[in-house]
Amino acid sequence: MLDLSKMLRSSFAKPVLFILCLVPISALVWRAFYGDLGANPIETITRDVGDWTLRFLLITIAISPLRQWFGWTVILRFRRMLGLYVFFYAFCHFLIWFVADHSFDFSEMLEDIIKRPYITFGFSAFLLLVPLAVTSNQSMVRRLGKRWKQLHRLTYAIVMLGVLHYLWQVKADYLEPGIYAVIAGLLLLQRVDFKKWFDARTSVQSSKPA
Amino acid sequence: MIKIKKLSDIPSSEITPESVYHQRRAFMKTSSMLGTALLLSPWAGVSASVMIGDYQKNVITLDEELTPEEDATSYNNFYEFGTGKTDPARNAKDFTTDDWMITVGGACEKPGEYSLEDLIKPFAIEERIYRLRCVEAWSMVIPWLGVPLASIIKSLQPTSNAKYVAFTTLHDSQRMPGQKRSVLRWPYREGLRIDEAMNPLTLLAVGMYGKTMPNQNGAPVRLVTPWKYGFKSIKSIVSIDFVEEQPQTTWNMEGPREYGFYSNVNPTVDHPRWSQKKERRIGDIFKRPTLMFNGYEEEVAHLYDGMDLRTNY
Repeated sequence: MLDLSKMLRSSFAKPVLFILCLVPISALVWRAFYGDLGANPIETITRDVGDWTLRFLLITIAISPLRQWFGWTVILRFRRMLGLYVFFYAFCHFLIWFVADHSFDFSEMLEDIIKRPYITFGFSAFLLLVPLAVTSNQSMVRRLGKRWKQLHRLTYAIVMLGVLHYLWQVKADYLEPGIYAVIAGLLLLQRVDFKKWFDARTSVQSSKPA
Repeated sequence: MIKIKKLSDIPSSEITPESVYHQRRAFMKTSSMLGTALLLSPWAGVSASVMIGDYQKNVITLDEELTPEEDATSYNNFYEFGTGKTDPARNAKDFTTDDWMITVGGACEKPGEYSLEDLIKPFAIEERIYRLRCVEAWSMVIPWLGVPLASIIKSLQPTSNAKYVAFTTLHDSQRMPGQKRSVLRWPYREGLRIDEAMNPLTLLAVGMYGKTMPNQNGAPVRLVTPWKYGFKSIKSIVSIDFVEEQPQTTWNMEGPREYGFYSNVNPTVDHPRWSQKKERRIGDIFKRPTLMFNGYEEEVAHLYDGMDLRTNY
């Protein structure tokens, strides 16, 4: 029988995951090569890369709950790589939009960022990813200490911005972005310490004079 | 720019009933060639489009490259068959349009139930190459086949109360599976002011690329208003009503701030969520500037004289 935890612990696990994460973009390159991107290739690429950015983001924030629920402590070591892939896909998504939609026109791009809420959300999410990517290496983790953890809580804001970025551009069919929103919502709610919050409230109430 | 053949360029034989006779002969030939006795006309009983035998070629042309037929028939917004661009081509495969009927009602002298064939028959089918600009900022160039809507409207004799024309798409979730989900309030509705409907550019299209209308493009009959965003060009029409008040239109009901009744292509008035300044012509990588009224300013701008196009978007 396959021993999952043994496989995850193996020294091959990381290189295998590294290659797996490149599958979505390789598939696009392959399809582009064979002219299989449909009538509007730029749209196909932008959407697909955007979808994968959001998927990798959700996978990244699922690591911690998965560890808690199933005791898979071993998967924690994949989180940094997954997070960096979020940045990689977000960067590709941004680059295609900047090049194909705005033909490198910086001022026009800025106008779009300011005027269109869905682009404002998307671009902010991308900007917030930059400091996280920059501080992802071991020496930065050490140098920043406690503040590293605080900084990387930005991930939660990025998730919300990413989901809004998708929801806000839909014309009528909210099913697909809705699925992402629900998953993101559950993963974020999981992090709220309701017990602590509840205890704090009850203790405030009980301390009131009778 | 657009070249419109002068009426005098068209041989009289093409506009006399005789041409209609030939046209019908051509359908019959096509039908028998296909060995499908059921095909009494090119738009009857077809799930795959067939050649239309006889039409006036290039009545309106355009010095722009045609969008490849494969792209125009595989990248569609037709929510009745799914909300994804490639859904309609897949989900409309088995859609049958046999004995298609159109109900004509409201302020006109000739209300009633018409077969599509009877409605179209008196007129010669014209080929017109038009730009199609979607509100989502992509565009195509399509050779449509159809009859000027004005000819059909005249034959129905609207009364002076006919200020607008309202159109409805088929509402039948058995045949249009996309209607099983309420992504829009079915049936799809559209409308034009009577002078817009009578504008010579407005076409009631029954085909494209020399063939009957493919299911995914709005078989068997759809509207084409090239100076308006694509969603105004309602597909699979089952009713035409002449009305006094501005009719409700689907996308306007869905988002009144985003989609107006007029929905003329206008690069200076942005959709609240995205810019309309530029568009991506299908097949291109980079975007090109969008033209006022999609390049049909000369033909239609007068319809909106004195109107504020920022409020009447």
